[in-house]
Amino acid sequence: MEHVVDQIINGLQLGFMYALIALGYTMVYGVVKLINFAHGDVFMVGAFVGYFGFSQWGLSFPVAVLTAMVVCAILGVVIERIAYRPLRYAPKIAALISALGVSLFLEYFSSLKFVFGPNYRVVQRPFEEVQWHLGSLIVTNIQVMVFVTVLIMLLILQFLIYRTKVGMAMRTVSVDHNAARLMGVNVDNTISMTFAIGSAFAAAGGVLYAIAYPQIHPFMGIMPGLKAFTAAVLGGIGIIPGAVLGAIIMGQVETMTSAFLSSQARDAIAFAILILVLLIRPTGILGRTEPDKV
Amino acid sequence: MNSKLWIRVSLVMVLALALLATGCGGKKEGEKKAAGTDDKTIKLGVLAPLTGDVKTFGESSLNGAKFAVEQAGGKVGEYKIEIVTADDRNDATEAVNVATKLISQDKVAAIVGSVTSKTTIPVTKLANDSKVVIISGTGTSPKVTVDEGKRKEFAFRACFIDPFQGKVAAKFALDNLKKKTAAVLYDQSNDYTIGLAQNFKDSFTAGGGQVTDFLAYGKDDTDFNAVLTNIAKKNPDILYLPDYYQKVSLIGKQARSKGINAVFLGGDGWDSSELDYKTMEGGYFTNHYAADDKSPVVQKFIEQYKTKYGKTPDAFAVLSYDATNLLLNAIKTANSKDPVAIQKAMQETKGFETITGGKMTFDKDGNPVKPAVIMQIKDGKQVYVATVAP
Repeated sequence: MEHVVDQIINGLQLGFMYALIALGYTMVYGVVKLINFAHGDVFMVGAFVGYFGFSQWGLSFPVAVLTAMVVCAILGVVIERIAYRPLRYAPKIAALISALGVSLFLEYFSSLKFVFGPNYRVVQRPFEEVQWHLGSLIVTNIQVMVFVTVLIMLLILQFLIYRTKVGMAMRTVSVDHNAARLMGVNVDNTISMTFAIGSAFAAAGGVLYAIAYPQIHPFMGIMPGLKAFTAAVLGGIGIIPGAVLGAIIMGQVETMTSAFLSSQARDAIAFAILILVLLIRPTGILGRTEPDKV
Repeated sequence: MNSKLWIRVSLVMVLALALLATGCGGKKEGEKKAAGTDDKTIKLGVLAPLTGDVKTFGESSLNGAKFAVEQAGGKVGEYKIEIVTADDRNDATEAVNVATKLISQDKVAAIVGSVTSKTTIPVTKLANDSKVVIISGTGTSPKVTVDEGKRKEFAFRACFIDPFQGKVAAKFALDNLKKKTAAVLYDQSNDYTIGLAQNFKDSFTAGGGQVTDFLAYGKDDTDFNAVLTNIAKKNPDILYLPDYYQKVSLIGKQARSKGINAVFLGGDGWDSSELDYKTMEGGYFTNHYAADDKSPVVQKFIEQYKTKYGKTPDAFAVLSYDATNLLLNAIKTANSKDPVAIQKAMQETKGFETITGGKMTFDKDGNPVKPAVIMQIKDGKQVYVATVAP
């Protein structure tokens, strides 16, 4: 039954791809309690910047990725400043709608001819794809890159959040940002930092996605963004390991459905999961229901 | 509290003024156009995907149409021809929207377009209901001219249809390439790919071949690893990919990654300079015309087109050129702006000389009877292999 192992690896590749985006979603929600719908589009901008980096500006691949991460970190901070901070004390729905607005703005603004243009661009990979044959299984260097990147990101985040002052600030703000401010935490900067890191990770995800599925266009972030969001909710929105867990599960379910059930029902089933999770266990697999504060 | 209220009120007023301005401005433009149109000008709408996932199709089609009008001297009989272009971004909803604008606002007498079946099918329905003649150079799905058994009289096309195209591909695979097994992968949301896939499957099986897998994917899918792993298991001789060039390039790459060594086979949606020639090397596709066709008519056209546009025309340019000429000929015969007269002249076209099909006549469904060519991707370019007559 090696074919099942083949499909499991396919599912892992897809899942880890989603994890790259889901981590950013869950981070931001954890700290600011906001679903940043624009996250999938920051991912898209990262893909484009990385593409320009290694295709047109002659940067080496790692430098292109770093450039994309820096650009998107700045973009994330700017978005937070302009579209979310003014609404921090407004009803949650206002920030949600603002996020949708930013998402649409990024998509359509990028489609304009003088920005990225609305056309699909083929990405020429800056390195050759290498295949390793383990028995009858094929593993590619791109898959390995994605796995390694996600693991590194996970480790960095775990370290950052539990072993640094910045991380402690993030945790405090996520519990109660008013109390955090009273305790001397600079809430504004902490939130900006959260967005910067989340967006940088999305950018890395974008460039890797562009390498794995070598075609980019301004609307490429919609589907992956939605699926990553579903994954984050599945694993427990706001919980970092939950994002990776949820993403892996999503990847497996999508792949197994496509491989063994019906390739046409793939998306339908993926999103049906979102609905089921919200009905049965809204806080997600690793989520804890918070007791009401007395 | 007072100043906040003022700010809100002035903001709303500014927004309202802005809306009024754009609305009024648009109307004024429309009025100007109508006033400027005299009775001796015929407006020809050209609908094509100038941006989006198949932009090369749109650019070529627009050039072909413009070229035809230019060679006719910009007039037909005593009428001046004015081209009005519209970009449908290869999206069915957008296509209907801009076509509605062409018909009701710009008041075009006829339309050349669109380019892909998925946008052309709803637009021909609209044009037929509005009684405006429309001819598509390249929409190959049967549904372009026939809707559930009923002919849309105002709709025509200049190319062959997919039942024929799928059959040609299947026969070529069986008889010429001598292959026995094939896997088919198509887009489930696109009538064009569905039609081709189904027709290929039917013909291939009828001819003694075996279809190992007949699988569909969604319009926005980018990860095909799961289905390709399944396909690779059965090691088919042929992988039939009847989609447009950018999707095919994506699938092709992943197929090779999964160790699929099958020969790639496809349809006229492959014909683009932006197809990934390296990945699709050795693959074949059915098309409407070959640039290396030695016929003097074809070569003369290629030369003239190259001089004007700086590149060799693809099938989309040539077919659009033929479609526009067919329309201009009908207008000349009818000698009128009346769409009903133009429709009658179109349907009765007999033996009109075209680049891609010799002498063309429309059958009762508004489709011409034409041969197909098989092209191969070899050494980074398209090479002519064979012609298949219906």
